[in-house]
Amino acid sequence: MTMATPPLIDVHNLGHGYRMAGEMMTVLSEISFQIGHGEFVAIIGPSGSGKSTLMNMLGCLDVANEGAYLLDGQDVRKLSDNKLATIRNEKIGFIFQQFNLLPKLTAYENVELPLIYRNVPHKERRKSVEESLSLVGLIDRMHHRPSELSGGQQQRVAIARAIAGAPPMLLADEPTGALDSRTGVEVMDKMKELNARGHTIIVITHDLSIAEQAKRVIRIQDGRIVEDRRNPE
Amino acid sequence: MNLLQSVKMAWKSIAGAKIRSFLTMLGIIIGVSSVITLVSVGQGTTSQITDQLEGLGTDLLTVNIMGRGSSTSLSYDEAMALGDTKGVKAVSPIISGSVTAKNGTTNDTLSIEGIAPSYEEVQDFHVQAGRYILDMDNEFRMKVALIGTEAASTFFGTDNPVGQKIQLNGSSFTIVGLLESKGSSLTASNDNKLLIPIATAERFLQSRGVRSITVQVQDTKEIDTVKTSLEAALDKKFQNADNAYSIFNSQEMLDTLNSTTQMLSLALGGIAGISLLVGGIGIMNIMLVSVSERTREIGVRKAIGAKKRDILMQFMVESTALSGFGGLIGIAMGYGASALIGHYSSLTTTVSFPIVLIAFGFSLFIGIVFGMIPANKAAKLRPIYALRTE
Repeated sequence: MTMATPPLIDVHNLGHGYRMAGEMMTVLSEISFQIGHGEFVAIIGPSGSGKSTLMNMLGCLDVANEGAYLLDGQDVRKLSDNKLATIRNEKIGFIFQQFNLLPKLTAYENVELPLIYRNVPHKERRKSVEESLSLVGLIDRMHHRPSELSGGQQQRVAIARAIAGAPPMLLADEPTGALDSRTGVEVMDKMKELNARGHTIIVITHDLSIAEQAKRVIRIQDGRIVEDRRNPE
Repeated sequence: MNLLQSVKMAWKSIAGAKIRSFLTMLGIIIGVSSVITLVSVGQGTTSQITDQLEGLGTDLLTVNIMGRGSSTSLSYDEAMALGDTKGVKAVSPIISGSVTAKNGTTNDTLSIEGIAPSYEEVQDFHVQAGRYILDMDNEFRMKVALIGTEAASTFFGTDNPVGQKIQLNGSSFTIVGLLESKGSSLTASNDNKLLIPIATAERFLQSRGVRSITVQVQDTKEIDTVKTSLEAALDKKFQNADNAYSIFNSQEMLDTLNSTTQMLSLALGGIAGISLLVGGIGIMNIMLVSVSERTREIGVRKAIGAKKRDILMQFMVESTALSGFGGLIGIAMGYGASALIGHYSSLTTTVSFPIVLIAFGFSLFIGIVFGMIPANKAAKLRPIYALRTE
């Protein structure tokens, strides 16, 4: 990575609040950090610290009230809902705590969905879906529905869905939160493997043991960054 | 995302909840099939009546006398004098009533008409055996009768009725002719009646004078002119009294009946159309439930890149597919139901293709219109809200 390449994420003085019963509730204030391509970052903090709100901002699911957010050099605060949808589709792969697979679709169809919204032709779609499903080791389960898969397998399908469109950034919200510790380890191993293949990964968690597996930890408390450190290799 | 993908998604969602989808479609199915069936009954009846009326002949004027004061009818001679009016080809005065007929142990009430010989030509109603009523029969008030085929088989079975005697209200009449079979007209069966000389009928039915006269014109085009001339003659006779008489021709009757049955068809179609509307509201209701149920799904779809219009399209296609598919089933059931009605009842049914198209088009339209609100609700959901919903 050279100095000339702009960082993948450049957040500057981000602030956000809700109006509640006439009073402003500040959730985030003066959040500034940069994340480069290929990093593996954990954002940690206790519940209510504002980390979920931060994830929504980073994931372009919501737009911050103040500050600047450049994703891949693009200021997302000025974009329309439709443009944000396109950004989410092309730049971000989401991995949720509750997997959020569509129950009526098979694993294959779930992974295919972001590519359908991107208007990828059928043949290419098939290739990408099969590639990402074999990467998570579920190619032989691709015609199963989520209810026919274990929690760990469902989360791996979700990972396959996140990487199918080859987005520069994977955003994982408590990816192991709904899994037992053994499958949690499997999922984290898969994430590390993806990081090694060059994917930028941001994990939001309250679990310190998960955070320790990342290369960099950003700690949030009461809506502010209180720590930003690199884990020893 | 293209339309094909939206259709695929809608199909998966419809096929994934078969019972619910079927129940949702039921309103549309019932609506479309009842529109088609009811209108087919209405139109079938209309064309049946039209055929019958046209069979009556469009060159006939029917004069009914209500009279004024003590003169409530025309005498036979006055009635026949109407035949001198310019443009009139023939006049057939009729006295009608009913009698109890008896032959041996067989008893029945029959309708009876007193007629003049001109009846044969004017009504185009001939005998297949024996002779017709003659002027002589009228002159001498002969107790002779013509019998319809149905009445003949009631009283004489397979025997030849011509020459036989029949007791009418206790008087003995000789049957001189067997009428040809003519089928039913609007009002009654033509085959279950007796015809006797009008002069005999005047006495026999104790009905003085003629109250009903059928006038045949020479040229159908002059029917209005003849009608005016007749009105002038009758006005003179009844000194311009209101409602002393009425004259109508079968064309007018046809028009009246047509507009009546048209109204009937419209009313039936309207009622069925309302059920179609109710079906549409059912679709909207289920789609709204479906949107709330699938809030999380919508959130996930939005998170992975679905645009507003993708979600809008998905739900619109789904509601349109529901109503369209329901419409197709409704069309099949409508055809089936009207075929069954036509087969098992005396009603005639005619399925009209334009109505099928209109009903189907309307069901699609309803799917689109009533899908709009739920689809818009889904498309407007904010992704963070939708993802947070359990």
